[in-house]
Amino acid sequence: MTAVLEVQGLTTRFATPDGEVLAADEVGFTIGPGESLGVVGESGSGKTQIFLSIMGLLAKNGRSTGSVRYHGKEILNLPAGQLNEFRGDELAMIFQDPMTSLNPFLKISRQMTEVLREHKGLGEAEARKRGIAMLELVGIPEAARRFDMYPHEFSGGMRQRVMIAMSLLCEPDLLIADEPTTALDVTVQAQILELLARLKRELGMAIALITHDLGVVAGLCERVMVMYAGRAVEVAPADLLFRDPQHPYTKGLLLSMPRLDEAVSHHELATIPGQPPNLQALPKGCVFADRCPYVFERCRAERPALAPNAPSRLKACHLERLQ
Amino acid sequence: MLAQSPMDILEPVGSVEGRSLWQDALRRLLRNHAAVVSMVVLTLIVLAAILAPWLSVHPFDEVYWDRIAMPPDYAENFWFGTDNNGRDLFVRCLYGARVSLAVGIAATAISLLIGVIYGAVSGFLGGKIDEAMMRLVDILYSLPFMFFVIILMVVFGRNMILLFVALGAVQWLTMARIVRGQTLSVKRKEFIEAAHAAGVSNWRIVMRHIIPNVLGPVIVYVTLTVPEVIMTESFLSFLGLGVQEPYTSWGVLISEGAGQMESAPWMLIYPALFLGVTLFCFNFIGDGLRDALDPKDR
Amino acid sequence: MSRLILRRLAIGVPTLLIIITLSFFMMRLAPGGPFDQERPLPPEIRRNVEKAYHLDESLVQQYLRYLGGLLQADFGPSYRTKDFTVGQLLVQGAPASFKVGGLAVLLATVLGLLAGIVAALRHNSWADYSVMGLAMVGIAIPSFVMAPLLSLIFGVYLAWLPAGGWGNGALPFLILPVVSLALPQVAQVARLARGAMIEQLNANYVRTARAKGLRERLVLLRHALPGAMLPVVSYLGPMTAALVTGSVVVETIFSIPGIGRYFVQAALNRDYTVVMGVVIVYACLIIVLNLIVDLLYGLIDPKVRTV
Repeated sequence: MTAVLEVQGLTTRFATPDGEVLAADEVGFTIGPGESLGVVGESGSGKTQIFLSIMGLLAKNGRSTGSVRYHGKEILNLPAGQLNEFRGDELAMIFQDPMTSLNPFLKISRQMTEVLREHKGLGEAEARKRGIAMLELVGIPEAARRFDMYPHEFSGGMRQRVMIAMSLLCEPDLLIADEPTTALDVTVQAQILELLARLKRELGMAIALITHDLGVVAGLCERVMVMYAGRAVEVAPADLLFRDPQHPYTKGLLLSMPRLDEAVSHHELATIPGQPPNLQALPKGCVFADRCPYVFERCRAERPALAPNAPSRLKACHLERLQ
Repeated sequence: MLAQSPMDILEPVGSVEGRSLWQDALRRLLRNHAAVVSMVVLTLIVLAAILAPWLSVHPFDEVYWDRIAMPPDYAENFWFGTDNNGRDLFVRCLYGARVSLAVGIAATAISLLIGVIYGAVSGFLGGKIDEAMMRLVDILYSLPFMFFVIILMVVFGRNMILLFVALGAVQWLTMARIVRGQTLSVKRKEFIEAAHAAGVSNWRIVMRHIIPNVLGPVIVYVTLTVPEVIMTESFLSFLGLGVQEPYTSWGVLISEGAGQMESAPWMLIYPALFLGVTLFCFNFIGDGLRDALDPKDR
Repeated sequence: MSRLILRRLAIGVPTLLIIITLSFFMMRLAPGGPFDQERPLPPEIRRNVEKAYHLDESLVQQYLRYLGGLLQADFGPSYRTKDFTVGQLLVQGAPASFKVGGLAVLLATVLGLLAGIVAALRHNSWADYSVMGLAMVGIAIPSFVMAPLLSLIFGVYLAWLPAGGWGNGALPFLILPVVSLALPQVAQVARLARGAMIEQLNANYVRTARAKGLRERLVLLRHALPGAMLPVVSYLGPMTAALVTGSVVVETIFSIPGIGRYFVQAALNRDYTVVMGVVIVYACLIIVLNLIVDLLYGLIDPKVRTV
């Protein structure tokens, strides 16, 4: 079974007046059909830039190298005209802020039907029917009436649902969701995640969920990739990652989450000391070395490659085994 | 009670030197080549205007009966030629610069004064008073001011002070709007609340926070107002309503030149060049300031 | 929508009244009157003339009389050109002014939009810099300088176009006046459009449109353009006011028989009624135009409509 998405050695650079910024460095991962991958990292870890590179949505001063194969076909750096065959049709992406991601000057109906008319060549009437049906699928009440409204007439949670509906119109193989719940209230958050889980089940769609929130990942994703300073530092099945993190950064992240399941707290809420490195001047060895409690000499001299440390697990760390 | 104080755990950030807003803005401004060149050129023009009497051998009101409307004659130091009355155009251009620049700055200062006070009061008081004051501004804004200025000049004749006031009165509206907008937005900003909460005195808040934030757009607007005023004055002078004899301004010179266009084009070209270049420079500097003070605002 | 129109009129009518009142009293305050000539009239004849024109009544009475006349579309007689009423003069001069002005609005908007959008699409390229450079020139050089310059270059030196005159509105006579009048506004619109378009191109929803795999042309025209037009539409109001002001000068330089030219002459001659008539016409124009601008804005931005 060919993977839906196969990424190898993806590197993204930005040219700025103050120097070159390395946003993503030799990132590689695979997403199989119907699989859900959580991509976790703090701001500046490069998690969003990877997918913007894949979708050809980088800012003008950005450049990507490497290989991205969609169903075996190389799509990285394709010219927009060719990329448009996949974008919106088989590869869909939704963004963080539904308020600004929808065009305030156009009705929702227009923003939805144009996708179907462009990619599937449907007529207006048929496109409208499908659009309304999709709105119902994502749980928008009175879909037919709401269909002809403007984005500002929807609430934040509903807008995100509309975005999701819009992205599903052509039944994509892969949905990339960039922090879909970050801008929403917690209760709405739960609803949106629930929706995504349901759609994944019913449509058999693969999902790449980008987030900084480990809690969000736990409910929805089968596999998790942890990113730090533009590099993938650990990839593992979700339950294994939470039970037995093998990278010091992952462990640090987990320890810094407050837990409700411990009757008495035996330790203080831990924090990871220090700051993420400057992406314009990355250190020679491991990027996490300065903040790592387990650091030793090899870490600073040699950069650890992302390598398998157990069946279906990868990590980029010189330490043999983390206890 | 915390086992450790947050101050103990926090690492020192390292030697990243902080830069104040003004230093940052200055750096950006100096990087803007057009703005820097404009500032140099403008300084030269201002210097030339100030030093006018010493820069030319001919007095500005001396009539040379044998040299009426003559083209430039470098041998006799008539760098720009002479006008219809046999007066040296070069020195008249420089004297015209004095008047045009003086009017520009004075009228802008007046509009600045009126606008800042009006806008600050309106923004500071807020509420109904603010609404009423701004409604008045809206109504005044939609009046075709130029007509009133023209009527004013016709009615009250050729009074320089009146000219300043009239020109300043045309421009204060936008200044008031800008100042009021800035005052409102600064009032609401969280760092003002934070400053209050941290016990900073009102006076300090005004000096340290409100004024610097209001100042930015005001400076930009002032730089862009001066050329507008100069243009308006030139316009009025062109129609014969502005500056009167024996004073001259670029507008007057251009008006005279336009009339002699076919036979003595230099009478039009040189003053027009002065006016154009000056306006250019102000606009570049204003744009540069705007970019420097708020890089998002491209 | 009708509420918007009513609201605009509610501001417009008092504004018009203020304009009329201010102009009226300002003109009357001027020393001298319409009948001051080099040779003073004998006192009796002067008194009779003043009586005939109601100039002997109190200012307030004259004002009310004038307002009454306005309601009947009577602008009064012209004091200087004895054979015409102001109404007739306005009707005579209006076509020329509106022709030149209307074309200038069109030119400024269309050319400015095109230039600004092209500059935005080729952001930071030489095309962008040259468009913006030209825009600078246009803004810095006022129409009363541009007009004689263009007249000199194209009318006298190159003799491609007539240096002045009206020729009954024939095309060659229109080109220079319209261009001189419109040029500063083309520049302003271009700058506005460029800034707005650059902002739009960076907007999140344009990114969404691209992520949906839409053709670039669709992305630009349907998603980016509407937002870019808003500042331009807002600017139409001040633009018209600026064109009206500029027309006064352009009509003088190119000897165009329009109402702008009447205005300055009348002001200098203390021909009260003509001055008033011109001011009223232009004020009405600006008010109507502001209304149109509001409606246009509402057409593009749905958030304004539901208010």
